[in-house]
Amino acid sequence: MRHNIRIAVGPVQFRIGSDWAEPISALEQLYAGYPQDDARPADATVRLFAARPWRRWVRPSVHIGGDFVVPDALPLPLSMGLLAAEMGMNLQVALGWRRHMLLHASAVARDDRALIMSGESGSGKSTLAALLGEGDWRLMGDEFTLIDPASGDALAFPRAVSLKNEAIAAVAAQVDAARLGPLMAGTPKGDIRHLIPRADAIADMHEPARPTLLLFPRFGGAAAIEPMGEGEAFVRLTEASTNYVALGEAGFAALTRLVRETPAFGVSYPDSATGIALVEQLWAEVAK
Amino acid sequence: MSAVQTFVDLLAGRREAAALAPREWDGVIGVARSEAMLPTLAHRLDGADLPPTVAALFADQRAAAAVAQRQALWEAEMARRALAPLGIEFVLLKGAAYAAANMACAAGRQIGDLDILVLASDIRRAENALLNAGWEWVKSDPYDDFYYREHMHELPPLIHKSRDRMIDVHHTILPRTHRITPDALALVSDAVTSAGGFAVLNPADMTCHCAAHMLADGDLQGGLRNLWDFNLMTRDFAAADPRFWEQLDVRARLHGLRDAVQRAARMSRDLYGAVLPAGWNGPETTDRWFRQRLVARDDWGRVTRPLLEQAFYIRSHWLRMPPTMLAQHLWTKWRKR
Amino acid sequence: MPDPAFRAAPPDALRIEPLGELTAIFDRRSMQTHLVVSPMPEILAAMGADDWDAATLAKRLAESFDFDGVDDVRTILAERLSELAAMGLVAHA
Repeated sequence: MRHNIRIAVGPVQFRIGSDWAEPISALEQLYAGYPQDDARPADATVRLFAARPWRRWVRPSVHIGGDFVVPDALPLPLSMGLLAAEMGMNLQVALGWRRHMLLHASAVARDDRALIMSGESGSGKSTLAALLGEGDWRLMGDEFTLIDPASGDALAFPRAVSLKNEAIAAVAAQVDAARLGPLMAGTPKGDIRHLIPRADAIADMHEPARPTLLLFPRFGGAAAIEPMGEGEAFVRLTEASTNYVALGEAGFAALTRLVRETPAFGVSYPDSATGIALVEQLWAEVAK
Repeated sequence: MSAVQTFVDLLAGRREAAALAPREWDGVIGVARSEAMLPTLAHRLDGADLPPTVAALFADQRAAAAVAQRQALWEAEMARRALAPLGIEFVLLKGAAYAAANMACAAGRQIGDLDILVLASDIRRAENALLNAGWEWVKSDPYDDFYYREHMHELPPLIHKSRDRMIDVHHTILPRTHRITPDALALVSDAVTSAGGFAVLNPADMTCHCAAHMLADGDLQGGLRNLWDFNLMTRDFAAADPRFWEQLDVRARLHGLRDAVQRAARMSRDLYGAVLPAGWNGPETTDRWFRQRLVARDDWGRVTRPLLEQAFYIRSHWLRMPPTMLAQHLWTKWRKR
Repeated sequence: MPDPAFRAAPPDALRIEPLGELTAIFDRRSMQTHLVVSPMPEILAAMGADDWDAATLAKRLAESFDFDGVDDVRTILAERLSELAAMGLVAHA
């Protein structure tokens, strides 16, 4: 395709092609600090394309395609081309990746031990990970965490963090403006602004970490911690995994091991500061 | 060289994997994914000299395909558990049959819905038995349902309520309205038992069905994969039985599929380098259009010749239906867009 | 109506992992995961690799478990066996 870029996030090498220059130049800025290996063949292909040739110019709308396509996905206006690229990358990983068990979860690490947070969108898992990643944690990823079936380790997928709505101001107050992408207001997912992970998180993105604490955060309501049994954690994580079924027995073994070896808790919190305090409290208990 | 040509050459063994430039793999992998053949390529190049990341991706693909095939064959087992107590016998078709018979083309092959063939006289009982065993109708609109029952060669698709997988129950291998009417009774009564215990079509009939599915029925979607099936099955059937090609010709005549089978054979020669016996090598100028349809992809995996694709879509309907019915059908479909 | 017989899965077909209050069963034939609670794991364990009808299986289970207060163990077992058959973990013999 006319405009294209190659991006490596964790173990995945993407190739992203576009009918327009804008989404590619936005990606070039967000991913400038990521390792580049231009000779490496792509694992996954994303295409951002116009459904009809004239729609490149007339009311341009960006369709998301690639190796895997969601038939009824609605196109986005060109002003949200970066969001289309992000959605395209997520889609290819969610549907195509088979080497690791993919959890829809954020993760941060300290001393090569991982805290994994799984929850629906709106649970705050992304914001908590972003804020922890600005402290003395290594951000592993805000959207996907990979579990290696052979070792049981967590692997990072530190794409640019997708900050939404109130989280944008909360994080922007703490970071250098150069690490923030353009503000996309009024997208189907609300206001969105990307955060480039810290350089050390990108440099260490191939370092595995031992799963040490599993949290299922819920934003809103009074602060509360509730221990979760192995069975419930197992059920929730099968629902949070896009490729559990496709991995067969390797996925079953990895997931049973994960929930047996990793203490799990449900956590409710009214605001980010409380959330972070609860995380640190639990971490101090389990990571002794 | 185009990515799709490189992909075909790698399958055919005309090109060494080690000779590819690293970035050529982008297009090859993209095309292979678009054709749902990446695990097939991964099997074909197992042990070849590959860039390490490609070798790792291919290993993932082989492992995932093995899981997916187990899942697909389990659907056959559950269909057997539903139908056997009522004495309803069925023949596995297409991908599940190739896997059950442990054929070379099954290595890495994607298997979609479970396709089974039952005698036309058993189809109502089969429908009831499956409904009692947890399958249910895919929600569809009344026109589609009517269309299936009146004109197609299968029940409207059923989906299992807990396993979420589809089954297509056929009573013949081409639509009732098709210009060609294969001998369905012969297909079932001459079926053979596979290594996995399931009934499958005999070699000549299986080859006829493969050609019919690719050339007489569909719009050549997935044509490279179907042709790869055809290529490997004819190679192995002929190696096991020197009279295979003669028998294929006899059965192809019986089913009215001689043109389709011969064209498939020529195309597997032209694309995958199949060696055909005397009498099968006749020239056919229109093959060119079929070949071009099969290789119409750019190195981003996109279909490059939309008009040719559209022409084959209309052709597939033209073959399936009398002209006035075709006009009505396309009109009804168009109004729903 | 005769008591239908059910066939257990062959040895090594199932991988059974207790996870607290639940038991996760992986079926290597179907590649499916089933999450069950008591008495399903106990029924599967009692069946071994043999064929059973509900009445015979009830007698077998009565040797290891105390069924006081359960009126009709056979009826309940027949229901559970049908559920296991729907999951594909056992088959009609």
